[in-house]
Amino acid sequence: MEQTNLAYARTEMAADERPPSKEQGVVAWLRKNLFASVPDTILTLVGLVIVAMILPRVIDWAFINAQWTGTDRSYCATVAQGGIQPDGWSGACWAFVGAKFQQFMFGQYPIDQRWRVMLAGAIFLALLVPLLIPSVPRKLLNAVLLFGVFPFIAFALLVGGVFGLPFVETARWGGLMVTLVLSIVGISVSLPFGILLALGRRSKLPVIKLVCVIFIETIRGVPLVTVLFMASVMFPLFLPAGMTFDKFLRALIGVAIFAAAYMAEVVRGGLQAIPKGQYEGAASLGLTYWQTTGLVILPQALKLVIPGIVNTFIGMFKDTSLVAIIGMFDLLGIVRQNFSDANWASPQTPITGLVFAGFIFWLFCFGMSRYSIYMERRLDTGHKR
Amino acid sequence: MKNHVKAILGAAVLGLAASAASVSSADTLSDVKAKGFVQCGVNTGLAGFSAPDDKGEWKGFDVDFCRAVASAIFGDPSKVKFTPTNAKERFTALQSGEIDLLARNTTWTLGRDTALGLTFVGVNYYDGQGFMINAKKLPGVTSALQLSGASVCVQSGTTTELNLADYFKANNLEYNPVVFEKLEEANAAYDSGRCDAYTTDQSGLYSIRLTLASPDDHIVLPEIISKEPLAPAVRQGDDKWFNVVKWTYNALVLAEEYGITQANVDEMKSSKNPDIQRVLGAEAGTTLGTGLGLDNDWVVKIIKGVGNYGEIFDRNIGAGSPLKIARGLNALWTKGGLQYAMPIR
Repeated sequence: MEQTNLAYARTEMAADERPPSKEQGVVAWLRKNLFASVPDTILTLVGLVIVAMILPRVIDWAFINAQWTGTDRSYCATVAQGGIQPDGWSGACWAFVGAKFQQFMFGQYPIDQRWRVMLAGAIFLALLVPLLIPSVPRKLLNAVLLFGVFPFIAFALLVGGVFGLPFVETARWGGLMVTLVLSIVGISVSLPFGILLALGRRSKLPVIKLVCVIFIETIRGVPLVTVLFMASVMFPLFLPAGMTFDKFLRALIGVAIFAAAYMAEVVRGGLQAIPKGQYEGAASLGLTYWQTTGLVILPQALKLVIPGIVNTFIGMFKDTSLVAIIGMFDLLGIVRQNFSDANWASPQTPITGLVFAGFIFWLFCFGMSRYSIYMERRLDTGHKR
Repeated sequence: MKNHVKAILGAAVLGLAASAASVSSADTLSDVKAKGFVQCGVNTGLAGFSAPDDKGEWKGFDVDFCRAVASAIFGDPSKVKFTPTNAKERFTALQSGEIDLLARNTTWTLGRDTALGLTFVGVNYYDGQGFMINAKKLPGVTSALQLSGASVCVQSGTTTELNLADYFKANNLEYNPVVFEKLEEANAAYDSGRCDAYTTDQSGLYSIRLTLASPDDHIVLPEIISKEPLAPAVRQGDDKWFNVVKWTYNALVLAEEYGITQANVDEMKSSKNPDIQRVLGAEAGTTLGTGLGLDNDWVVKIIKGVGNYGEIFDRNIGAGSPLKIARGLNALWTKGGLQYAMPIR
């Protein structure tokens, strides 16, 4: 009830005083963040000097002096190197990336069939994006479509051999496509298997526990490089003559079981952090093991280890480059492979190619990292700082 | 340490490969005809020898040899599938039957011929390990024997490293090897002056020159410290297939000798020269091609598909390519080189 008859009461709030000029705006921000103390000031100045020294050169190289178009090495080489650029020129050879861009994306996938890869990518995005946005409804249907139906569509589209689509062997796959297929399959296989392994490792049933411990410790104890190497060099020798096993499949399985073993330990860390009281509380309510795990333990445990899970994802995304060892070419592999094209050999070609590959990897890893931060904030209801 | 592990693993692979050699299938030619293409192992990327072009098609000297074999069998240079192989897996790929033919700048050695169970078909490129130095930095150096105390950039994991050590030891010279895993790392280190000299196969030195900041300052020293006869290889114990690949190589060289090119091969069929007629299968009642298990006009198909040896050389690594490697030892025997084909008759 409002008491308007009291003479000494304000009827409305007094307008806020503006903060002192030193406490607001650019000046305050600078004082607070860059020049708060003498050491801060020194560090800021040193940082500025370093940036001033490096940044103009980088911009010069990457944009101003860069060669954007061209059809062969002469566009990216100086006169002394047999090209058209003035002596002493140094700039990025984006023409190389431009000429090879399709190859960096699709490898040697037949040119007239590349729409299939793009279609698969588009369907994947169309299913993934709504799943990632919390406010979009029908999450269950969406997840079933993405994890239950999409793999078959993707397989039919990418491999072909059905519905009149020509068969494309995996030896012709390459570039970003291989990186993404390997890491998406790795990610979606490793999380469920990792959770099962982690639960198995904490199980009270000795056989299950032993099997899980042996699996995890064996896989974690061997470098991925060795497993891929064994799979590609030794494995064919044990098979009957003439029988081969798709290389890509070998790599896919290798990457997936690896990620699962690492994921298991990350998830176990989360399970370990759940206080005993949670189990006892669930037991007192009469929940079964699976109910306890599914309704009480896992939601809390997984929330705790989001940074660890995403860390594993990002690590795996970058580890896919190791398939170069077995003659598969992921994004980095195909960029490096193209350094051997004599038509484009120049001092600037390798560095430009590597910068490009690095940028693409960064885009994906940074995207994953930002989304995980968003999810952490959203789910972090109990431990908010 | 890392290299020791590699050596042990490598030895294990070799041992297994040798034991697997006996299980390989016997009639590759029929298998190839049945499946409709040749599966060819090539380098994962070596300038001029096998590298993808802008469209992602394999191009190069070794690649064209694979295409020549495909042309001989199918009359179509595109009926070949390439398996990029690295130095470690190339032999097992051949042993296990994953590939039918290995054309991957592989040096013909006794050990590979015996312990690994390979059969080399003929040297299609005579290479050798050499040195490159920056003449501005080391003025007056004209021989590798003057490189005492020099630091030498070298790529790890190949026989290059071994040859380098042998050479300096044999000549009682001091040197510091600067070893790199990746080719472009070694190139960058050499270009930035971290090493005085760079050593690899001479064919490789030419492609490395293309990536140097000032190529004219660098010279290739005259010493060749190792023999590297590069040869395509097939599995042991399949003589029919071996013959097809071996004679494809001979036909390429012979065609250059007789001046048969991609452009004039059809006119040459009506040549008066009986040798040329025989080679091109134009002689009446000839059974030279069918004896190989191919058609009698198999040489015509090869030359139409990829050209003769000289054309392949020029297009990929010679004057018509950015590498501009001189023919040198790879010139025909009639022109002072070593390329000498067995007669087709």
